[in-house]
Amino acid sequence: MISFKSFLLASCATALMSSAVWAADPIKIGVIAEAQAVAGSSIAPAAQLAAEEINAKGGVDGRKIEIVVYDNHSSSAESVRAFQRAVSEDKVNAVIASYISEVVLALEPWAGRLKTLMITPGAASDVITQNIAKNYDQLKYTFHGYLTSTSLAGLVCDAAKDLLVEPYKMKTAVIMSEDAAWTTPLDAGYEKCLPEIGLKVVDHIRMSPDTTDFTPIFNKIEGLKPDVMITGISHVGTQPTVQWKSQQVPIPMFGISSQATNSTFWKDTNGAVEGVMFNAVSGPGVAVTPKTLPFVDAYQKKFGNIPSYAGYTSYDDVYMIADAIHRAGGTDPDKMVEAMEATDYVGTIGRVSFKPKGDPNPHALRTGKGYITGLMLQWQAGKQVNVWPKELAAGTATWPSFIKLKAASN
Amino acid sequence: MLFWQILIDGFAISALYALGATGFTLIFGVSGVLNLSHGAIMVGAAVAAWAAAGELGVGPYTGALIGVLAGLVLAFATYFIAVRPIQLSKAIAESEKEIFILTATLLWGIIIQEAIAYLFTNNAKTVLPIVEGVTTVFGVRTPRNEYFTAVICWVAIGLLWFLVNRTRRGKAVMAASMNPRGVTLLGIELSSIYLTVWAIYGLLAGVAGILLGMFLGVSSYSVGPLTASAFSIVVLGGLGSVSGSLIAAYVVGYLETGTAYLISPAYRTIPALLLLVVVMYLRPQGLFGRR
Repeated sequence: MISFKSFLLASCATALMSSAVWAADPIKIGVIAEAQAVAGSSIAPAAQLAAEEINAKGGVDGRKIEIVVYDNHSSSAESVRAFQRAVSEDKVNAVIASYISEVVLALEPWAGRLKTLMITPGAASDVITQNIAKNYDQLKYTFHGYLTSTSLAGLVCDAAKDLLVEPYKMKTAVIMSEDAAWTTPLDAGYEKCLPEIGLKVVDHIRMSPDTTDFTPIFNKIEGLKPDVMITGISHVGTQPTVQWKSQQVPIPMFGISSQATNSTFWKDTNGAVEGVMFNAVSGPGVAVTPKTLPFVDAYQKKFGNIPSYAGYTSYDDVYMIADAIHRAGGTDPDKMVEAMEATDYVGTIGRVSFKPKGDPNPHALRTGKGYITGLMLQWQAGKQVNVWPKELAAGTATWPSFIKLKAASN
Repeated sequence: MLFWQILIDGFAISALYALGATGFTLIFGVSGVLNLSHGAIMVGAAVAAWAAAGELGVGPYTGALIGVLAGLVLAFATYFIAVRPIQLSKAIAESEKEIFILTATLLWGIIIQEAIAYLFTNNAKTVLPIVEGVTTVFGVRTPRNEYFTAVICWVAIGLLWFLVNRTRRGKAVMAASMNPRGVTLLGIELSSIYLTVWAIYGLLAGVAGILLGMFLGVSSYSVGPLTASAFSIVVLGGLGSVSGSLIAAYVVGYLETGTAYLISPAYRTIPALLLLVVVMYLRPQGLFGRR
């Protein structure tokens, strides 16, 4: 009993001491993410890292930041329940949510109903911000902290022009994407921008995310003899990549392949990803901004692995929310939204600024020169090498021996 | 060209289905257990092989061996954790044991699935292939690993046939599937027969899982569909009939491959499922079922 009493006393003393350090109530940020998916599993640790860094420097106006983590098991329904619990029971002031568009679209109305600021570090569908445009007053609490599918398509086309059309005189492409919310605007973007850079779209294949055998799909694509396959895949990744290599499909894979951004993807595919080119907002060793590499180092030191793309944005999101709360003078949700809208912040993936009310995509990130430009990485001998844009490139494109670049000899 | 493509791809995938379903039907035939953790055991074996080859760097052969062992261990674990206690329980009425075992193996499968997702993430993994490269036959460029898959499947099925028909132990297993009481009257312990069958099952499921991991790749999401496909093949062929399962595996394999090539990969599984419904109406015991 004595030891229990002294334990109680000690904990009271600790509680008193810690409350003496922090001036007021903590700021709580909920993180709803996919702990079991590689892309989602970096979201919570990266947020935690940012919170610890901010707290080590005294927090936000003397208030400590606390991260409350919810695993959504990649399910929209579980995410909605987590969001409700986060707001009504755990009293969070803001939420960082998911890399899956379907999940974010399910949460968006709840952010409005419960008047809670929400930002997604990894979903891509344009519909998230299109919804805000349609019903700004209700849905203004949602911010899109990652590139929209349309912007992604544009960045892929910019890179394809420099990396494929100019050096190899490529003329035709097949779009291969998975059937999901985020690829609908992506494919529309590809259909529009590929012809503009001189790549004729000869076919457009949308496959089910449940596909396991890609042989018939590659077979069909090969029959069309395009110069390149432009990809839009995120839920699938390992299987098409491995089968592309094992079947020696002689056409380059180029575009969005979210799983290829993970540092573990080489092992997952036993190296089959060699030569795959994919869009990314960051890459190992690429100093997109002065904050990028220190973040990656700190993350790797603390967690033993490299963050996924959504880890970078989640880390930035905590800083942006903290900054917005500081500028708003507190956690009033409407004032936080106003402050977030005024964000102009250089994070780990570039300069972050949100498009304003009145834009077709309010609260989407600004992209292009001076803001976020993206990178094009290629897996080469077990490493992700940045090959685009030129000023940040660490290497040049190489292709596996089974790839036949028709026009290269011309 | 397309004909050969369908013929070759369909053959490999069907061989894999056949191997996966054989163990499943054997267990049912002998002990009346419908093992709904089947997919989880296959995926567990494949992920173990992947982890051994990738994380420990032991090479494809040792990796595959570790995977097969994992299949064996998981099969025994299933038997001793989810099946045996219910078979021996006095608290559960005999008539209800079947449904209890069904539920227990389903839950056990989910436990394995979640454990895999937790430890290795739900991203798909591919087992390091033993045979690399491609071969062109009839103008169809096919990974050598696909031929290798078909050969190993048939070798494994051949060995099983040999075991069941030509060895004393195997004949006892066969006899137990026909008349369990008769076997006990001959002085053979049923529980030791069960152990033999679960060992054979573990090896078959392990090999099938690893080959699938090399050929197409697996993830924790594959667990449900794998159990479902083994289940529908076995029901189509006739519960407990090994030869029925082999034929049904080829029917399903070719229907799926043909659909994927000729109609669309998106509709791959639909015709086989429709066929299953039709067979259930016209011949509920399955194509070659005895009961």
